Amino acid sequence: MAAKEKRLAQLRASVPEVSPTEARRLQSEGAALIDVREPDEVAAGSPLGAHRIVRGFLELRVENSVPDLDHPVLVMCAGGVRSLFAAENLSQLGYTKVSSVVGGFNAWKNDKLPVEIPPRLTPDQRERYGRHLLMPEVGEKGQLKLINAKVLFVGAGGLGSPAAYYLAAAGIGTIGIIDDDVVDRSNLQRQILHTDDRVGMSKVKSAEITLKGLNPAVNVVAHETRLDSSNVEEIFNGYDIVVDGSDNFPTRYLVNDACVKLKIPNVHGSIFRFEGQVSVFWPNNPGNPSPCYRCLYPEPPPPEMAPSCAEAGVLGILPGVVGLLEAVETVKIILSLGDTLAGRLLHYDALRARFTELQLDRDPDCAYCSGKGEFPGYIDYAQFCSMAGA
Amino acid sequence: MSNVTVRIPTPLRSMTGGADEVTVSGATVKDALDALGAKHEGVLSKVLDAKGGVRSFVNVYLGSRNIKALGGLGAELKDGDVLAIVPAVAGGK
Ligand SMILES: [Zn+2]
Repeated sequence: MAAKEKRLAQLRASVPEVSPTEARRLQSEGAALIDVREPDEVAAGSPLGAHRIVRGFLELRVENSVPDLDHPVLVMCAGGVRSLFAAENLSQLGYTKVSSVVGGFNAWKNDKLPVEIPPRLTPDQRERYGRHLLMPEVGEKGQLKLINAKVLFVGAGGLGSPAAYYLAAAGIGTIGIIDDDVVDRSNLQRQILHTDDRVGMSKVKSAEITLKGLNPAVNVVAHETRLDSSNVEEIFNGYDIVVDGSDNFPTRYLVNDACVKLKIPNVHGSIFRFEGQVSVFWPNNPGNPSPCYRCLYPEPPPPEMAPSCAEAGVLGILPGVVGLLEAVETVKIILSLGDTLAGRLLHYDALRARFTELQLDRDPDCAYCSGKGEFPGYIDYAQFCSMAGA
Repeated sequence: MSNVTVRIPTPLRSMTGGADEVTVSGATVKDALDALGAKHEGVLSKVLDAKGGVRSFVNVYLGSRNIKALGGLGAELKDGDVLAIVPAVAGGK
């Protein structure tokens, strides 16, 4: 014991210590508070907003949470002893402003400072999402964001099928699907959520069976109805992201207008024969206000200008490519990762195997997203050739 | 006069004999579209309205920029430029 006491005395002389109240103040100013206790200790409560890195992995993982070595760091354990050792380890690693919290979490609690029960993945979830957890860009925090996300798919067809399938696999917790169609054998060339023995079944029901089969934890919300001006807001409300995989202009404009009004990012994909387009329409994009669909195309084409039903058709694999690009954008939005396609249109020409990026500009006078004047209201455009590209 | 490539979207290829790209020459975007219309009957009316403006459900890009941001149909072309006609497409099922 003498050796331990001697060492602690040395550490107390060299590691700056702060009281819990002071630590809370520094944390509110941006300092990183790192709770280095064991998982079973943390599970019972941890300081609000703390990073939680078990001491055994501290040096290996700390840079994911605090990349800047000169950022102020506060280390906490249960009583203020382990944190002295941990603080010294961080100094040796190169962190220049490391302090230890006196009295640790016990003192933090006694001082009635804010505490939270950290959300945790279950052992089942850890196993299932292991390959996500290995990536610092996702990790447990990101996986919990995916699990808490609510994504609505407009259409369980060519685009919605691959997008919803992969997003269910990725662990999106709530997947809403709106579609009023039933499975037809001609859908099976591309709509991979459905199966031959479900021809005639409602697509929403069929999608639910497939998605639940892949990931039983996913909450599938069935909206077995046709989207129109009377139900669009009620259905969209509460979703974080809408993935548009619809097959007709009236629906696409309703999706856009409701997403603009409800400030929901609209992940857009469309396909025609060998060509696809993907974008994210998101006027309320934090830090990067981006155009809406109407900034691009203020009005749908009149029926005589739209591609005729006879021209409709699509390579069955194409919606797979485009739908999965929509799925990737959806995950990036949920995890705030990288640069989304907000403000850009990605065009895919399958025959030439060529991706082209077009820059989209906001229309400062857009009737829907410019904020000038009243919201113009929803429009039920006449249906025409709902087969186009279907 | 500059030689430019015009990318034809799938729905309009029935009017270009199936070609997905057409090479034309012109000094401005307007010239190039007129030249396209002269080569392939029927295309122009799908892109421009009766008053000669770009239709509201079609965009024309010069490189990666919408010509609206470059001065519209009067935007000047240089050799090797790529114009893309991008109409609204609804398909998804
Ligand atoms: Zn807009």
